[in-house]
Amino acid sequence: MRLCSVFCHSSFPEYFSSGMGEFKVHRVRFFNYVPSGIRCVAYNNQSNRLAVSRTDGTVEIYNLSANYFQEKFFPGHESRATEALCWAKGQRLFSGGLNGEIIEYDLQALNIKYAMDAFGGPIWSMAVSPCGSQLLVGCEDGSVKLFQITPDKIQFERNFDRQKSRILSLSWHPSGTHIAAGSIDYISVFDVKSGSAVHKMLVDRQYMGVSKRKCIIWGVAFLSDGTVISVDSAGKVQFWDSATGTLVKNHLIANADVQSIAVSDQEDSFVVGTAEGTVFHFQLVSVTSNSSEKQWVRTKPFQHHTHDVRAVAHSPTALISGGTDTHLVIRPLMEKVEVKNYDAALRKITFPHRRLISCSKKRHLLLFQFAHHLELWRLGSTVATGKNGDTLPLSKDADHLLHLKTKGPENIICSCISPCGSWIAYSTTSRFFLYRLNYEHDNISLQRVSKMPAFLRSALQILFSEDSTKLFVASNQGSLHIIRLLEGSFKHLHTFQPQSGTVESMCLLAVSPDGNWLAASGTSAGVHVYNIKHLKLHCTVPAYNFPVTALAIAPSTNNLVIAHSDQQVFEYSIPDKQYTEWSRTIQKQGFHYLWLQRDTPITHISFHPKRPMHILLHDAYMFCIIDKSLPLPNDKTLLYNPLPPTNESDVIRRRTAHAFKISKIYKPLLFMDLLDERTLVAVERPLDDIIAQLPPPIKKKKFGT
Amino acid sequence: MAALEEEFTLSTVPLGAGPNGLLGVEQSDKTDQFLVTHGGRTVILYKVSDQKPLGSWSVKQGQIITCPAVCNFQTGEFIVVHDNKVLRIWNTENVNLDKVFKATLSAEIYRIHSIQGTEPLVLFKEGAVRGLEALLAEPQQKIETVVSDDEVIKWTKVFMVFRHPVLIFITEKHGNHFAYIQTFSSRTLSKYTLFHGQEEKSVIQNFTASVDRKFISLMSLSSDGCVYETLIPIHPRDPDENQRVVRSLLLKTVVAGNAPSGVALTVLDQDHVAVLGPPLPASKECLSIWNTKFQTLQTSRELPQGTSGQLWYFGENLFMLHGKFLTVIPYKCEVSSLAGALGKLKHSQDPGTHTVPHFVNWETSRGYGFGSQNSEQSKRILRRRKIEVNVPPPAFEQLLSTIKKDSEKDIEVELCKFLAVKRTPDFHAIVGDIVLELLGRHTTEPSFYPRNSLMQLIQTHVLSYSLCPGLMEAALEKTDVQMLQLCLQQFPDIPESITCACLKIFLSISDDSLQETEINMESVSDCSDPVQEKMDEQTEILQNGFNADEQNCDSCDRKLNQKPQDAAEETTSCPVVPKRAALLNAILHSAYSEMFLLPHLKDIPAQHVTIMDWICLLLDANFTVVVMIPEAKRLLLSLYKFVKSQICICSELNKIEVSFRELQKLNQEKNNRELYSIEVLELF
Repeated sequence: MRLCSVFCHSSFPEYFSSGMGEFKVHRVRFFNYVPSGIRCVAYNNQSNRLAVSRTDGTVEIYNLSANYFQEKFFPGHESRATEALCWAKGQRLFSGGLNGEIIEYDLQALNIKYAMDAFGGPIWSMAVSPCGSQLLVGCEDGSVKLFQITPDKIQFERNFDRQKSRILSLSWHPSGTHIAAGSIDYISVFDVKSGSAVHKMLVDRQYMGVSKRKCIIWGVAFLSDGTVISVDSAGKVQFWDSATGTLVKNHLIANADVQSIAVSDQEDSFVVGTAEGTVFHFQLVSVTSNSSEKQWVRTKPFQHHTHDVRAVAHSPTALISGGTDTHLVIRPLMEKVEVKNYDAALRKITFPHRRLISCSKKRHLLLFQFAHHLELWRLGSTVATGKNGDTLPLSKDADHLLHLKTKGPENIICSCISPCGSWIAYSTTSRFFLYRLNYEHDNISLQRVSKMPAFLRSALQILFSEDSTKLFVASNQGSLHIIRLLEGSFKHLHTFQPQSGTVESMCLLAVSPDGNWLAASGTSAGVHVYNIKHLKLHCTVPAYNFPVTALAIAPSTNNLVIAHSDQQVFEYSIPDKQYTEWSRTIQKQGFHYLWLQRDTPITHISFHPKRPMHILLHDAYMFCIIDKSLPLPNDKTLLYNPLPPTNESDVIRRRTAHAFKISKIYKPLLFMDLLDERTLVAVERPLDDIIAQLPPPIKKKKFGT
Repeated sequence: MAALEEEFTLSTVPLGAGPNGLLGVEQSDKTDQFLVTHGGRTVILYKVSDQKPLGSWSVKQGQIITCPAVCNFQTGEFIVVHDNKVLRIWNTENVNLDKVFKATLSAEIYRIHSIQGTEPLVLFKEGAVRGLEALLAEPQQKIETVVSDDEVIKWTKVFMVFRHPVLIFITEKHGNHFAYIQTFSSRTLSKYTLFHGQEEKSVIQNFTASVDRKFISLMSLSSDGCVYETLIPIHPRDPDENQRVVRSLLLKTVVAGNAPSGVALTVLDQDHVAVLGPPLPASKECLSIWNTKFQTLQTSRELPQGTSGQLWYFGENLFMLHGKFLTVIPYKCEVSSLAGALGKLKHSQDPGTHTVPHFVNWETSRGYGFGSQNSEQSKRILRRRKIEVNVPPPAFEQLLSTIKKDSEKDIEVELCKFLAVKRTPDFHAIVGDIVLELLGRHTTEPSFYPRNSLMQLIQTHVLSYSLCPGLMEAALEKTDVQMLQLCLQQFPDIPESITCACLKIFLSISDDSLQETEINMESVSDCSDPVQEKMDEQTEILQNGFNADEQNCDSCDRKLNQKPQDAAEETTSCPVVPKRAALLNAILHSAYSEMFLLPHLKDIPAQHVTIMDWICLLLDANFTVVVMIPEAKRLLLSLYKFVKSQICICSELNKIEVSFRELQKLNQEKNNRELYSIEVLELF
């Protein structure tokens, strides 16, 4: 295969001096990745961040101010199905789940601070008091438990009157004196002081005249005027007067369950999500132009989901929804958006903003990371050649070499295969695994390297050096470990401790091809560059407002290229400890507006071994080669031209050429890298393939009666 | 559907029984406040919803109130008559009636009438009528005698017809009844003899009346327990001649014949009357609501403690004595319209209030394929919330003040400014207010008709009939067909009576005046142009029926063939000019319910019958009737075919959908086979 590649290579004359040239692209669609469905979303107004929990127990933190970048995540756990998620005072994040535990997350160190059994069976619901210092959980056994949030833990305070069935939803009155709890067939209103139920509001089980077995109150919201809004499994949105315990108004909005509700802080609008995938917006609108009398009116329906909308959130400017179809949808409220810029556009986030794929260039191997296993594939080959757009006949198909299952219930956090293909490393929350691979003809043998040191566990990022002799591990305590790899064994070389006073974890690593420099970046502080030879901090790239989404160090020049979530790309010379001239030029001129309007972050950057002026990078919907030798495009220039130039003289072509060469053929693109000078590998994950693996949605007849 | 709500007692003080107990109930200038005049010496102002008195005034001992107190809507003052000739005028700040303005007249007063939109009118026992202002300017002026000796006024009422008051009073002399109509626009008094018809023996016990455009419909309850209706023209052909009008039976035996105690009758709306009295000779007294159109009893309420044969109806409340207490029974009758059936109801408006009825935000429900479920209006409004009042933008205030005083041009400029501003969530309500404000000025100042501004407001697409009641009435009055067409296209909730009034105007307007008006011809665009040209040359030749929706298949065929029409197809040819056709199309495309439209269609005058034959066909106003017409057979057959084919299409579409899904699955399987490929990419 290598031979053939060399053969193809030599058969092309080098006339693409100004162009990007032609590539053979290994187009991979067998990465059978299916994101987990979204179970809960919780919006934090102070930090403008969104916490999202998935059915596999993963919790993700999105920074809505930083272009909706997924800046942190907590890996899932098989026994830890999250059913409730909420923020407390001081931006502390809590979750409750079916294993009955309340978990607090450490957003700095990116691990679980503690887990505490609530002793009420599975936890179905959770709510933080309006002042943020008390936590309420609703349990399987019908108990509502009140916890006091102390500076470093939570402390059980007392139980409320036990109800006869599970508590599926909870909401505090904004004054903190009462709570509403949704159960099966009824809603209870509790007095917080006495802990006793003041009212019990029975919900009609009838659904379109047919009596259902049960009516599950999926969500409740307590408004400051005493109104309780409930959503239930019979498709109803109901308004109750908590003072009298009577039903005030009833909206039948769906033929299926209404599963979630979220109210805006101003209490002038709320959003509900249904099992049919529809999200309805309700607004408090005045009945007459000059009276204070207002009414809740269902204003807008949105159908951005195909499956159950399990969770909704209401930020001041947007409706946020997520569910079984795994998409996180952020729908800005047009009337709240002052400037009609790109922030006003709908966002649909499907894929994680981090890499799940690594690649061994030497052996043409791809390592796929799943929640509980790894897959190793060898790419196929061809001897044919062709012109742009051709699909070449395969002389050898891709091979599935290895299926490596993790031990234990924890999800894999990160994984990596060494460039030579001889090492595979991965980490879960509590264990670090290193394997040595031996290739003998077509046989491959796997050998686990035992006795990994304890400090290596819970790695956030793993990276091998270009020559596969060193392993770099970013641990969740902020330290960076360097391990020397020997045949079948290892040696701990050094640990860079975090800067004094910070505990921020490093999420991204990059090493220079010559093995001299290591760059590491956390979520907010700047990028640190370490000198590996002298084992010391070389410099820190000044902090930028937006988180880093990808970084890489160019061969020979040792320029560090950094991509940020606001779509800015910087080039920083490590030897000179300053931004390069090109980086300054592009900052001065500014990126093309269409470049800045892309809505997925750049997740991988790589370089061409023979063309130092080229930077290769990609996001989920495009692949781009930046040729620094060409002029930069301005806003009047056509940034992306999908059609090949026809009948144009070389002069025109050269005159209109600009630095950004973009291809949008491969999408959604999860990984793209250069295998050799003329070969690329692109890993796509078509959305249809994901949908095909989801349970069928509720069927709605489109035509006729 | 008419309904009576829970009754409540207004006065806690028991009143003297019989007609002496209570002289009258009259509206005040504030909503929900009513003047109750007790027989004898006292006038009390009640706030009905609170069931409590706001003020009470009495005349001196020895004086006696002889006619019910009324409110002067122009000044807000109250007027009462005591000792037949003495007028007292006061307001809420006065405490003692003895110290307020007093005017002694030269003749005895029968009744003072006061209604919105005009000054109070004083009716003297001798039949003369004076405006209050003229009377106060010269209290001792001589009052002429209109009625003859022994002729006694039995009943009287005043209406506003075309912004002018019309007063009717009924007199009796030796068992004969006479009706006098006094119009103030033309200052004519006409006299009619009420001819009893066959039921000579019965004695009329009670009257009520309602007014149409040209007629006063006088209803009388006779001692035989039946309700009779007499139509009296407002503008007589020959005012000097004494004319006879005949009464006809409207409702049979609504109360027991020769009921011992008082019976009473009052008109609620054009289809409903309220009757007080015992339904059977032995039964207790009842308040009953009858539908005159369908001759049905809608609802009734027993009054076991007896009543006095006095019944008043204002706003949404019926006032009567129950035992010794003044009792209020709120009455509601939802307008029979498709809009009403869908819950987009126009609520009856109390005079002087500034309310906008329940609305539907039509804009937001449009464009999403989810129907208008957000019109789920519950009659119960959510608990009142102490949220700060939505402050309308300053442009709105500016606009309102402009509307009050400036010229039409200025208003247009100001309106443009206002509409340019960002839309607030209550935009529809504000636009409704602006229209009402414009109409308000139009009512007081008839020459002011800000047509352009109104058209512009209608075109904001946020208005509905309920948001600006009166707009279409004003346009009807002005015969502004262009605006009517626009309203019909835009408003989703036009009551059928208005739709029918539009239809009447569209049919009766002359072709010449149509030529001059600008009408949106979009709905007849497919045939207007060639037809228009031909029409201009020789108006005799008519082309295709204009309603492409209705005669879909036929007209398609015809268009394909391009053949001239033969005689057999005469029935489907269009007998009207394209402009009129466009107007009629606007009617056909508006939201109406044939059940409610049909009664109004009867009122269409006979000269339009040929058109009506044809339009009836299209309207399908009464399906059972249409089924019987032989001409309808073909239409029904094609309708049947059409519906059948539509069902076929739906079922086929469902099949196709399933097939597509299968194909998609197959496609995915095919894609699965293409999980890996090596392709060539060239970047430019």
